[in-house]
Order: sequence, then structure tokens, then C-alpha cells
Amino acid sequence: MAEISEIICVTCPKGCTLRVKHEGKQVLEVLDGCKRGEEYAICELQDPRRMVASTVRVDGGLHPLVPVYTKKAFPKHLIPDLARALRNVEIPAPVKINQVVLPNALGTGIDVVASRDMPKVAA
Amino acid sequence: MKTNYDVIVIGSGPGGLAAAIAAKENGADDVLIIERDVELGGILLQCIHNGFGLQLFNEDMPGPTYAQYYIDKVKAHGVETLMDTMVLDISPQREIFAINKDLGYLDLQAKAIVLAMGCRERTRAQIMLPGARPAGVYTAGTAQRFVNVEGHMPGNKFVILGSGDIGMIMARRLTIEGAQVERVLEIMPYLTGLTRNYVQCLLDYGITLQKHRTVNRIIGRDRVEAIEAVTVDEKWQPVPGTKEIIPCDTLLLSVGLIPENELSKKAGVLLDPITNGPYVDDRFMTNVPGIFAAGNVVQVYDLVDWVTEAGSTAGKGAAQFALAEKLETGEEIPLKAGENIRYVVPHKLDKNHLAEEQVRLQMRAITPMEERVLVTVEDQNGEVVTKKGEPYARPGEIITLAIQPKAYEAVQRATSLTVNVRKR
Repeated sequence: MAEISEIICVTCPKGCTLRVKHEGKQVLEVLDGCKRGEEYAICELQDPRRMVASTVRVDGGLHPLVPVYTKKAFPKHLIPDLARALRNVEIPAPVKINQVVLPNALGTGIDVVASRDMPKVAA
Repeated sequence: MKTNYDVIVIGSGPGGLAAAIAAKENGADDVLIIERDVELGGILLQCIHNGFGLQLFNEDMPGPTYAQYYIDKVKAHGVETLMDTMVLDISPQREIFAINKDLGYLDLQAKAIVLAMGCRERTRAQIMLPGARPAGVYTAGTAQRFVNVEGHMPGNKFVILGSGDIGMIMARRLTIEGAQVERVLEIMPYLTGLTRNYVQCLLDYGITLQKHRTVNRIIGRDRVEAIEAVTVDEKWQPVPGTKEIIPCDTLLLSVGLIPENELSKKAGVLLDPITNGPYVDDRFMTNVPGIFAAGNVVQVYDLVDWVTEAGSTAGKGAAQFALAEKLETGEEIPLKAGENIRYVVPHKLDKNHLAEEQVRLQMRAITPMEERVLVTVEDQNGEVVTKKGEPYARPGEIITLAIQPKAYEAVQRATSLTVNVRKR
């Protein structure tokens, strides 16, 4: 059964509301928006992904945490599991930017990396 | 330590870093950054979410990554830095008085200064929020620093007042860290942050946003126990029969930012009551010769890329001033806010500068226009000097328009320029 769902496109700052005609995950027609909006709507229905940013513990660093992020957009439904996994990670200082903190997170093939250097400080 | 510098930059956020780099690249030898925190980078370091650098790098980076690109560049350029140092006072003669734990009281002389102190958050007192005064009321940015840098969770059950970007981003962040976000309340009838943040931070996590609704009072003696929410009418008056008690232990405020200009005032810098930042020319020089201003200290920007660009312009101007002990200025004309425009930055334009390069104007609309609009720059006779179409105009998003060198002749005939935004 075809149905129409509304999806707010976040590809550009305009934030159009797209009406998408679909059967399950099969997109039949995107009724509003541009070419990029159509691609977004298809991705959003079939495999929604987001960039994820969080922090992990650092031992002996300038701050007790270092910020990290997924190198690529991450499957949306796995974000709560990723957040839990990152809470159990602790790495020693110093940390370098782009250092892999959690390789192949949850078997997705996506690495979680540090988003800055974290210098070591004398205890 | 040295006491005389060509250019001293106060603050090391994106505006300050870009200014220091540009000062070096434009011939200033001795450049110093003074920063009150223990490291360079400013607020970007606690903005761990993605979305930075799309304009300048065409890349989607987290805040700390964006900051580190410029921190590394500052170090490579041999800019001197003073960390953990608080500037206490600045004189119009560009003398800087500061204090540092190891070096004590410092008296420094700069040929040019760049003010890059950024902005601060509006607090509970500034929005006159009634009710008890228990622990558990924080500005969203303070909570952001606790959670992302220092590793403290400020509470378990949150209500967020204000749909600004920091508030929505914190709603997502707290949820990811296991807290419960009960509600986001917005007194305006529209979202004040970006739509993409509404989708990615609230919709994705099933967090409810209520517009036209605010906190009526805070309940709790030692710690926040609940807040009372209420719907307001067009005049922001409470609507009877709409009160709801929402149990929570923490209230976050995301209710606006104000440029931080306490130091600027001490130096005799004049402030625009609309932007709360200095009046600046197109080189970002203030009314005090040799004192420049860059970034959120001038106006609250919505994208860091524009802050970096403004910092570069100010740093270049500061270097030129330092080398010549003055700035060659031609005839300056005022830039004015016209139809549906709240303000324009810069406030004035040197006619000669257009001969060399474009001058970028940035402004905010007063009321939202959800239709195609035309932004025009007109002279005193209504002659259009330059124009640009936009798909919409929203108060929450800065409008950007550059006057190109090809408009040089038209600008020579102008005695003032006015910016308007009208329906197409």
C-alpha cells in the first residue's frame, strides 16, 4: 500500500518539508524539493545515517575527556549502542587528532577518531 | 618578556586565531595572543558536534578539529601566546594591562589591538525568570563545557528553555549521555535555531518542542524540583488555564548571546545599541584608531566560517596600521539598515577599498519572509548599487552580500548606502 510521509530535508539550511510517496522502503515519488532533496529522502527512508560526536575518557591528559566523532555518517538505529560503547573506552594521553579511538565501531566498518590533540600533563 | 608588540590580539577563539595569522601574513613581526583559558581555541573546543567548516573548507568538521587547524597555523607562524592571562584594562593609546599567575602584573604596548573576546550567554537575571533560586539552573553553554570538556553531568532530568542552536545541540548531547530531556520550550512562535538542528537534535531523539511557551516559575528549595510552563499570547502575556508543572532537576537556558565588550568600553570604543558590538568600518576598525574588533565581539554570527573571515580582515587591517602607525583612509560613507533590516555590519565603507577588493556586508532581517526576496544596496537616490536574490529571509540566519569592485563607479557617487530586503 502506497503511503505519503513528510520528511524535513537537512541537506541545505532552507529545511524544506518533503512529501514522499512510498511503499515500505520503496520510494515511488518525491513530491516537493530539489534533486538533492530527492536523494536525501531516499537515503532517509532506506538507510538513515548521522554524524555522531561524543567524548571518551583520557588518562593523564590536560582534560579528563577527549572529543571524538565518527569518520563517516553512522547508521541512526545504532547510535544508542555506540554511545554506550564509547562510555567504556579510556585511552592514555597524549592523544593526536584523527587517532582511532574505536576501530570498526559495532562492525559497521566506520572508525571513531579523536577530533583534537590532547596533551599529556605531569601528574 | 617583551613589552612592545606590533599587534596584540585579545582572545583565541576563531576570530582571534584568524586575526593573528592574518597580521603575521601581512607583515607584522611581533604578534601576541592573550588568552584567559589554559589553551588556545575558545568556545570551539567545547562544540564537539559536526557542522563546522562547510563554507571555508567544504568539509563537515567538529568544532575542535576546526580550531586545531588554526591553532597549528598560529604556532607555525611564530605567533607568541600568553595563556591563563586576564586582560584587566585597555587604554585608547593601546596600552594593555593584564595579570598572569607566574608573570604577575603586565603592562604591554601594542601598535594595534584586535579585540576578539567573543560573546557571553544571556543569563537567568537578564530574562527576569521568576521563582525560587535553587541549584540546577545553568546556561546551555556552561552545561556544554561541563559535559564535553570537564566530564560532569549537571543533572538527570532536563527542561531546556529556548530553541537556539546550543540548546538543541545540548538536548541531543545529554540524551546520548543517558539523561532524560523532558521538553524544549520556545517563547517565540518560530524556531530560533537552524532547522537542521531541529531535525537532527530533537526529532531524531523524540524530544518535544513547544513554541509560544515559556517557564513561568522555577520550583525547588535546594535543588530544582520542577518548573511551571505556561503558554504566552502575542504580547508575551501568560494565557490562563495553560499552566503545567514539569518535574525535572535541571533547567538549561538557551536564550541568546551578547557580544562581550567590557574591555572595549574601557578603551573608549563606541558600541552600537542594536548589535551590542563596536561600530566598525569595513576593515573592522572601531572609532578608536588602531583598535580593531573581530568575530562575535562585533555581532553574534551563526557560522564560524564568517567569524574566521572577519578575523582575517581585522588582522590584516591591524598589521597595516601597525606598520604605518596609521591607516590610509579615503572618504567613508555610512551603511544603513533599510526595509526589514535590523542592522548592517560594517557600519561604514571606505569608497577607495572597492578598487582593490570586494567588501562583504552582513545583516539580519527583522521579521521572517518565507518567500523569494530581493536584497538591495541603494544609494541616497534609490539607485541600486548591487543586489542579490534569496529564497527566504529569516531573523535567525545572517544575510550575506558582497559589493564587488565593478560597483566602484556607482559607489563613488554615493553619500550613503542603505540595505533593504523586499518581496520579489
